[in-house]
Amino acid sequence: MTIMGVCCDKPGVKVALTGNESIARGALEAGVGYASSYPGSPTAEVLGTLAKLARQFNLYAEWSINEKVAMEVAAAASFTGLRSLVIMKADGLNVALDFASALAISGCRGGMVIVVGDDPGAHSSVREEDSRNLCKALHLPVLEPASVQEAKDVTREAFSLSESLQLPVVVRCVTRVCHASGDVLLGELAPAGRRPAFNQGDRVITFSIKLHALQEQKLARASDWAGNSRLNSYHGPGDAGRLVIASGPCYMYALEALEMLGLSEQVGVLKLGVTWPLPEKLLLSYLKTAAEVVFAEEVEPFVEDNVMALAARHWDEVGKIKFYGKRNGQVAGPNGPGIGELDPDVLAQSLSAIWGTPYTKPALPAHQEIFDLLGTKMPDRELALCAGCPHRASFWSIRTALELDGRGGIVLGDIGCYTLGIARTGYYLLQTMHCMGAGVGIASGLGKLDCFGFDKPVITVVGDSTFYHAALPALVNARYHRASFMCVVLDNETTAMTGHQPHPGRETTATGEPADTVPMEEIIRGIGIPYAVQDPYDVEAAIEAVYRMLQQQGPRVLILRRACALAAVKGKQKNRVYVDPEKCIGDSCGCSRFCSKVFACPANIWDAESGKARIDEAVCNGCGVCATLCPQQAIVVERTV
Amino acid sequence: MGAFHEPLNIIVTGVGGQGNVLASQVISVAAVEAGYRVAVGETFGVSQRGGSVMSHVRISHDRPYGPLIPRGRAHVIAGFEPVETVRVMLDYANPDTVIIMNNRPNYPLGCLLGEDKYPQPQKILAAVQKMAGRVHVLPATELAKEAGSPMAANMVMTGALAGSGLLPFGREYFVETIKSLFKDHIRELNLKAFTFGLEHIGSNVAWRVSYNENFAGNL
Ligand code: SF4
Ligand code: SF4
Repeated sequence: MTIMGVCCDKPGVKVALTGNESIARGALEAGVGYASSYPGSPTAEVLGTLAKLARQFNLYAEWSINEKVAMEVAAAASFTGLRSLVIMKADGLNVALDFASALAISGCRGGMVIVVGDDPGAHSSVREEDSRNLCKALHLPVLEPASVQEAKDVTREAFSLSESLQLPVVVRCVTRVCHASGDVLLGELAPAGRRPAFNQGDRVITFSIKLHALQEQKLARASDWAGNSRLNSYHGPGDAGRLVIASGPCYMYALEALEMLGLSEQVGVLKLGVTWPLPEKLLLSYLKTAAEVVFAEEVEPFVEDNVMALAARHWDEVGKIKFYGKRNGQVAGPNGPGIGELDPDVLAQSLSAIWGTPYTKPALPAHQEIFDLLGTKMPDRELALCAGCPHRASFWSIRTALELDGRGGIVLGDIGCYTLGIARTGYYLLQTMHCMGAGVGIASGLGKLDCFGFDKPVITVVGDSTFYHAALPALVNARYHRASFMCVVLDNETTAMTGHQPHPGRETTATGEPADTVPMEEIIRGIGIPYAVQDPYDVEAAIEAVYRMLQQQGPRVLILRRACALAAVKGKQKNRVYVDPEKCIGDSCGCSRFCSKVFACPANIWDAESGKARIDEAVCNGCGVCATLCPQQAIVVERTV
Repeated sequence: MGAFHEPLNIIVTGVGGQGNVLASQVISVAAVEAGYRVAVGETFGVSQRGGSVMSHVRISHDRPYGPLIPRGRAHVIAGFEPVETVRVMLDYANPDTVIIMNNRPNYPLGCLLGEDKYPQPQKILAAVQKMAGRVHVLPATELAKEAGSPMAANMVMTGALAGSGLLPFGREYFVETIKSLFKDHIRELNLKAFTFGLEHIGSNVAWRVSYNENFAGNL
């Protein structure tokens, strides 16, 4: 929570940190020399924290163009003997997978840690991919912290494991650890100061089946190491017949659930801090005494499947065991086994059903009675683009231009704040949404279907950060094949969703150094695609620009450029915007409450008492767009900037 | 008034963008500075875009807890927005839960579009009072405006929580934390907003529990 806590040079002192800061601290305690990342929730703040401390700790930190490059630059540092850290969300590991699988064969030199943020429950991203199955396929060890404290300890430990195995090590951290905060007992900061060395004759190569054999040996060593690692621990009675095997924060939930059930004295909890490769000997020693085993993990039954396979291989030693988990549906949240995250309630309910222990929940308020008192059901709260978001204006222009055009054009998109184009706040415009840059590739595909008679105009929207991350190959493909579509770059001059990180179109780097900006115009021109630039706040001109380009053929790009409204007002006095009650004529206007109901900026509210529009000054960011759209010109903007 | 709950379960709830993450961070830094263990569970990312957000803050004496509060076990709910307060209460409140609520609505899209109804303020209050024993409603957004910016409502709410007598440590830890986390005019604004919240709850005699700074050592 405080950068002062992260760099505090007082071992033995407790400070409050977020999970992501705790990871950064762990890296500093391990003497990290090089860190790279592409911003993604839930791990976005790790690199941001290290970047702020780069100068002080003599380390290098960068926001790379995408996760694959981030992993490559971090591997380079490791090849020279530096300790390096690369951070990404689960989806990012997919992007980096090709290099990761090769790197796992060649191995590394300086300790290299790959932090992967998984998001059970998809709280901060669009899906809840469990990266552990990929890591297993990659032959990489996986460590899982259970708490904010462990985020630090596990990260530090991962560096030494990696260095001793000469293999990158994955720290899989879920949202409930990354975005949690808590008290962290600090360890010693390690002095930086390794010198990089890569000499003639040094080789880091991925070639030959022998290396595969070496990979397996490394994993076997990792399994031996895991058996003695402090990262695994046991809590409960000796020789427990009933055992919960837990990983990540599910360990904390399991302890609490057992307490809630009054079972703490009877059930053992084995926490696996190392979930791949399994600490086989350790597990077997517990499986030998257990008759019933419950698995508590998120999201997929990863530990469950692998422990059951282990038990099957050792059936003659472990005897009869009943296993309970996701496979037989016994450990499941409200959405079913393996879907969504676990919590103390889910585990208490599951354990109560498995062992027939009654679970008395506190009585919750009677919902129907409350709805009756409210006089209505609870209104849902859908996600919405911020007040003043330039994307709202852009979506409005695209929607209007498509209506004017009248050919039923379709709109594609991908990942960023503008993903909300799939929802009401974005007028339900987006018809496909997959992964970074996918909209451009899909548009390139649709743009070749004219030979089959497909004649709808195609628009794909892509953010500026996403443009650099993943759109370029698809644009080159489109130009080369003359695919016909219009790419609208929603350029808000930052990576907004993850907290406003810079990208190659910006003037500075992660550490605030001046950068050699790579303007997207130059790239687009270089590819040979025609383009135009327009401010989306000038809605009329933006509609016209979209409409005009809709009529053209081949690939073309429209850059709708305007800074993210949140970034634009940060630390500044906002414009004051209000409705002139003399001019707003309420429902007799015929605009159908255009500002609040149709354009629907969340700061445009309706005052039931006066029957007129109003601006919620606590929400309004002062962009002035609603003022230009109001047919009565009843909205007044007092500019302060 | 006996000892404080172990762990003390606080939920801070509101709408993405209202600054509830910052509020829960101030609470937890202050708690750690006061020598307590703390676990905060929160979600940000896409939910920060106008969605319902909540932070679970668990303060304990010696044992660490997980970052999620079990249903029906919140001791305090600090609601930055009325409907969100009700939403969280439905799942986490019990008759002993204490509610500190901002009275300023933030209308969901469905209400702006006229498809859903935003409940009337007095009905919300009735529902909240039905569910919880003690309720303190304050005009946090208005007080924040007086302090200099409606955005500082989160610090007004934090001040109210600090002055409620519900926490096992004193307001001075909050003041130090705010001073350490913010700079210049933002620091001044937040301190002012914090004091407004503190004073508002402090002036409400019916509300005040027998507050005693010594409780910090009592756990
Ligand atoms: S000026 Fe109008 S459109 Fe812009 S943020 Fe304020 S209310 Fe919304
Ligand atoms: S953070 Fe910026 S880009 Fe994202 S929704 Fe808000 S205003 Fe729009």
